[in-house]
Amino acid sequence: MSEVTSGVAPPYPALSEKLRFYGIWLVTGLILLALPKIFGSGGALTTFSLIGISIIFSLSYNILLGQTGLLSFGHAVYYGLGGFLVIHVINIISANKLPIPLPLVPIIGGLTGLFFAALLGWVSTQRSGTAFAMISLGIAELIASSALILRTFFGGEAGISANRTKLFRVFDWNFGPQIQIYYLIAAWTLLAVIAMYALTRTPLGRMCNAVRDNPERVQFVGYDPHVVRYLAFCFAGFFAGIAGALAAINFEIANSAYLGALQSGTVLFSTYIGGIGYFIGPIVGAIFVTVLSLSLSDLTSVWQLYFGLFFIAVVTFAPGGLTGLLMMHRPLLKSGTLGKMLPSYLIALVPTLALVVGLVLATESIVHHTVHAGDDPNIKAFGVNFNASSPITWIIALFLIVAGSFAARLTWRRLAQAWGDALSAAHERGYHA
Amino acid sequence: MLELIVISTLNGVLFGMLLFLMASGLTVIFSMLGVLNFAHASFYMLGAFFGFQLSRWFGFWPALLVAPLLAGGLGAAVERFGLRQVHKNGHVAELLFTFGLAFVIEELVQIIWGKSPVDFRIPSVLDFPAFTIFSTNYPAYKMFMLLVSIAIFVGLLLVLKKSRVGLIVQAALTHPHMVGHLGHNVGRIFMLVFGVGTALAAVAGVIAGPALVTQSNMAALLGPILFVVVVVGGLGSLPGAFIGSLLIGLVQTFAVSMNGSLEGAFGPLSPTYAQSWLADIWSVTIAQIAPIMPYMLLVLILIFRPMGLLGTRET
Repeated sequence: MSEVTSGVAPPYPALSEKLRFYGIWLVTGLILLALPKIFGSGGALTTFSLIGISIIFSLSYNILLGQTGLLSFGHAVYYGLGGFLVIHVINIISANKLPIPLPLVPIIGGLTGLFFAALLGWVSTQRSGTAFAMISLGIAELIASSALILRTFFGGEAGISANRTKLFRVFDWNFGPQIQIYYLIAAWTLLAVIAMYALTRTPLGRMCNAVRDNPERVQFVGYDPHVVRYLAFCFAGFFAGIAGALAAINFEIANSAYLGALQSGTVLFSTYIGGIGYFIGPIVGAIFVTVLSLSLSDLTSVWQLYFGLFFIAVVTFAPGGLTGLLMMHRPLLKSGTLGKMLPSYLIALVPTLALVVGLVLATESIVHHTVHAGDDPNIKAFGVNFNASSPITWIIALFLIVAGSFAARLTWRRLAQAWGDALSAAHERGYHA
Repeated sequence: MLELIVISTLNGVLFGMLLFLMASGLTVIFSMLGVLNFAHASFYMLGAFFGFQLSRWFGFWPALLVAPLLAGGLGAAVERFGLRQVHKNGHVAELLFTFGLAFVIEELVQIIWGKSPVDFRIPSVLDFPAFTIFSTNYPAYKMFMLLVSIAIFVGLLLVLKKSRVGLIVQAALTHPHMVGHLGHNVGRIFMLVFGVGTALAAVAGVIAGPALVTQSNMAALLGPILFVVVVVGGLGSLPGAFIGSLLIGLVQTFAVSMNGSLEGAFGPLSPTYAQSWLADIWSVTIAQIAPIMPYMLLVLILIFRPMGLLGTRET
């Protein structure tokens, strides 16, 4: 009997483990503090702020998709409602001169998200799987369309705006300059990330995983999967509301795009591309997608097409996302067989790159002829100049696509073989994960 | 009043039948493959744009035949080379694959045909009023749409009930694994069903294109309503999809033609409401909330009958 109980309680963590655990958060905090000292330009600060908001939003989405297995197409509803209410609250606070400083305002956004998640969640989470996905989409459309009808609250197409600098001041910060907003967002991001990580370690977080993996068995153990899903939904709504509030504070405006399908799609993209299987996945995805969308839009006019194709490629070839791909290499790294893979990677890289370059060249040329027909055919995409009308361009593109795909097939087959060998070697040495 | 009812009923049934052309394919694909094809409305849009382009080159009638075939072939290719690869990654990955596909198709359509509506005209043969009812001219093209969708509906019913393929499809609706065990080439049936389903959506696109607006956002506008239809009818139930389509079609059409509002009904009782922040709810007309009616219906159904009207399956 005593063996059973000792088996149930986890061992008390050793001091070194505890130090390492708290050390990670401390180091993260220090990095966040130091970032503006290294990249101090206005553009960099704006990018960091956007990344912070996106991290909270993606992590909150992963409470649903990764932890509980609920695929939602309407997560932006709670983000957007949080943002709208915060704008109204800022206006009310500054009109009545209430002693509430700006750093506390995001909590109101969170509570708004929580309120609406609690309201709409009970109906939505009655079913899981595909039905839940469709229901979330329907409710999102309901709210997004209502936002255009209820003009007094949502401000119609133009949205509503506020001035964040007129609030009660602490330490004489007026939150006008972007650097102060950066620190506000960084602090909230760190807090929210810690809170969401802690949530995954609670019994509720564990039950969420159980509901995702085997809801029937959860019922046998005596839990109601519906209630567990509902609680997860509420938490996700809360953190999405915080993200929306920060976005509203950052832009000083909230409009109907906050609630829309595109916003819901973006958070789904960044979470899935980052990887839903690991806690860090959505963080990676948020950074990657934010930076990618900001930089790609400068390089080419059809970046959304590339973005969609990239997402399809991730879904098809790397369902674990970017983190999943990296984590696959852990046993190889530990057993020291990673070196064997490098030559195969390098060989596979050449034709794959050729294929991608060929496809991009062809796409950009076609886009030139359909979208900007009649313009100067000497165009520039991804910083490279070429003539979209010249037959040489077309021949090069065609050659790269055909030869690239042919060679890529061969090299990828070789790569798969090398991977199998390296992995079994790692398994032999006793490294499985 | 009677005029309004007759015309709205006709329009509602027409819209409902169009919805069913899409919902039927969506339902059969969902039941057999277990995938809710998020890109289904995108094939409707592709049908409309293919129809527009082909009718420019060869005229409307060849386009009506060729555009669905093209879209259906594309759909079959998507199943064969896309979805089948993703299948091993699970249902979420499959749904996300179609989600990404819908995104990409919309981008492609924008690149090729632009963001503004294209000039897809009703063929001149059908450009006359079919009959006049209480001083309203009812266009012949709408009657043609209704006839085409009813003809396809009857054809679909016959194929499903009388033919061997229909028998297999029906069996696969409820017992997909058993069908495979009986030695049918499930892969090929899946591809066929996906192709036919998307082709049906494309037919709806070709015939609806000239009557409605052919624009790159038409998939995004119609897609959610389509999913409401399938959820309201009951996921995986073909009769449910039929009832759901007609219901949504009628509800939306009737709502558009009604101008009543709370203010109109109770306005004299409490004029102060018009000034408060409730003014929006107070003065909005039923016609204005017509776009959100399907979603309100969805929420109601979810509260009172979570399985959908005729649904039996949990997932």
